[in-house]
Amino acid sequence: MTESPIIQIRGLRKVFHLGEINVEALRGIDLDISRGEFVSVVGPSGSGKSTMFHVLSGLTPATAGSVTIDGVEIAKLDEAGRTSLRKEKVGIVFQKYNLLPTLTAEENIEIALHIAGKPIEWTAEFKEILAVLGLESRLNHKPRAMSGGEQQRVAIARAIVNQPAILLADEPTGNLDSKNSEAVLALLRDLNRRLGQTIVMITHNPEAAGYGDRIVKMRDGVIVG
Amino acid sequence: MLNQLVLENLKHRPVRTILSVAAIAIEVAMILTLVGLSYGMLDEAQRRQRGIGADVIIKPGSTSVMSFGGVTLPEKLVDYFEKQPGVAMATGSATHVISGFLESASGVNLDALTRMSGGFKFLAGGPFSGPNDIIVDERYARTKQLTVGSTLRLWDKDWKVCGIVEPGKLSRVLLPLPVVQDLAAAPGKLSQIFIKLQDPTKADEFVKALKANEQLSGYQIYSIDEIVSLFSVEGVPGFKPFLNVVIGLGVVVGFLVVLLSMYTAVLERTREIGILKSLGAAPGYIMGILLRETAILALAGAVAGILLSFVTQWAIEAFGSPALVQKVVPTWWPITTAIALVGALAGTLYPAMKAVRHDALEALSYD
Repeated sequence: MTESPIIQIRGLRKVFHLGEINVEALRGIDLDISRGEFVSVVGPSGSGKSTMFHVLSGLTPATAGSVTIDGVEIAKLDEAGRTSLRKEKVGIVFQKYNLLPTLTAEENIEIALHIAGKPIEWTAEFKEILAVLGLESRLNHKPRAMSGGEQQRVAIARAIVNQPAILLADEPTGNLDSKNSEAVLALLRDLNRRLGQTIVMITHNPEAAGYGDRIVKMRDGVIVG
Repeated sequence: MLNQLVLENLKHRPVRTILSVAAIAIEVAMILTLVGLSYGMLDEAQRRQRGIGADVIIKPGSTSVMSFGGVTLPEKLVDYFEKQPGVAMATGSATHVISGFLESASGVNLDALTRMSGGFKFLAGGPFSGPNDIIVDERYARTKQLTVGSTLRLWDKDWKVCGIVEPGKLSRVLLPLPVVQDLAAAPGKLSQIFIKLQDPTKADEFVKALKANEQLSGYQIYSIDEIVSLFSVEGVPGFKPFLNVVIGLGVVVGFLVVLLSMYTAVLERTREIGILKSLGAAPGYIMGILLRETAILALAGAVAGILLSFVTQWAIEAFGSPALVQKVVPTWWPITTAIALVGALAGTLYPAMKAVRHDALEALSYD
């Protein structure tokens, strides 16, 4: 029997109400992503890729349609439900890293465990991942003492420490130079291969998109390829 | 983990943290100072009343118990009371205001008062020997920097300090009775009459008998226990409401300071709150961080405020009027700590509610 997709989107619509104007950012998205797949979503500005990212991450609710992540129908979730989603099912990597400036790298990762109500201890497997991410010697440093590439690697570690069903990355190399960009993208691919982590990466960069197993193209709120 | 985050947040903004703690410390110190002054002055008044050695005190009918003015009692009443059955001795004093309502001097028959009270302990000098002699207690001498032989100017006249006594008997400043009667333009009159009984246990009985005497109906008659009880927190009318007003002001100050401080903290950390929300932090989690920060600020402020109250005590003793006595009242430390906590936590509620209602996406894009 074929395993059902880990992400299943049907007829996803998202409308923003800006004063008297309604902006339809997503106009009916249908998309399936299999477990363990690394999918790059590309498109120009205004294509709706970030909006789809925000819906998948539970940061904003869908207006209509159905979105299922690892068996959970998220389109109908309330605020509390979407908050739980981010704790349990979804790991997020942002373009701007979004680390807490007052905590060390280690504490930034640990707080994800604490929020999820899990014990603050790392498995042997996670310690191995930290070694792969090259963070072992940087764990006691605060973000202001780390380069952009290091901060993004901490953000990746934080996003996967709870073993989420999916890892969402929004322009993860947007603030990095080319060398660090390649390193981060290579790490994401490595995590996908090594752990079977399902990854959905939003990018406007075609070269970065090439690191995924599949490229999904969006334009004007719909998938075009 | 949460405590780590909270402490790092407080360390990250040291000026804001210090100012918040200082404001709460001032709130706590203000309450403790005013409570300490109230208790201190009342306790001091009690001590000085008991120190007279009297069992019964007579005052003019027209004065309040707390005031020491009104030189209207006929001096010949002293002889009358001395002849009453059960009385060991009687003497009186006349009070004259030095300044305001806090400082006054007492004119006394020093020999009689010495016998009644069990003796004045002279730390320096001795009794009156001239018409311009004045005796002060050790606290008064220290505050006014007086020694035996110093000149003290009161009522536009120079007085010579002939003796410095241990505090705790009647008044801080003593002069010969006729001198004060002259100053008060009340020759042959007294402010109070003190009666020592042969059997102090019969004081209540004695007071009852005096009150039954119609000829004495114009006077206030108290046993020493009764009058001392009036110099207490419960005995002074309006004192508790006064304290409640002070406490209320303290709570409002703490509330407003923390409200403003946490409001700016929440604004500054909008993005951090967005990050926590993006990690799945529930409203209770975020609120918990803010309330913990507030609790730490309040507790630190309370401790600092308690320490600051010792500073105010020192300052009042060093620079204030000798009439002002600030007592340390440890039973109020947990009360003021609770007041600081309650005010601060209440002040955090609005900013905390604002923080948890922030849209996560908007918060993440805040710079």
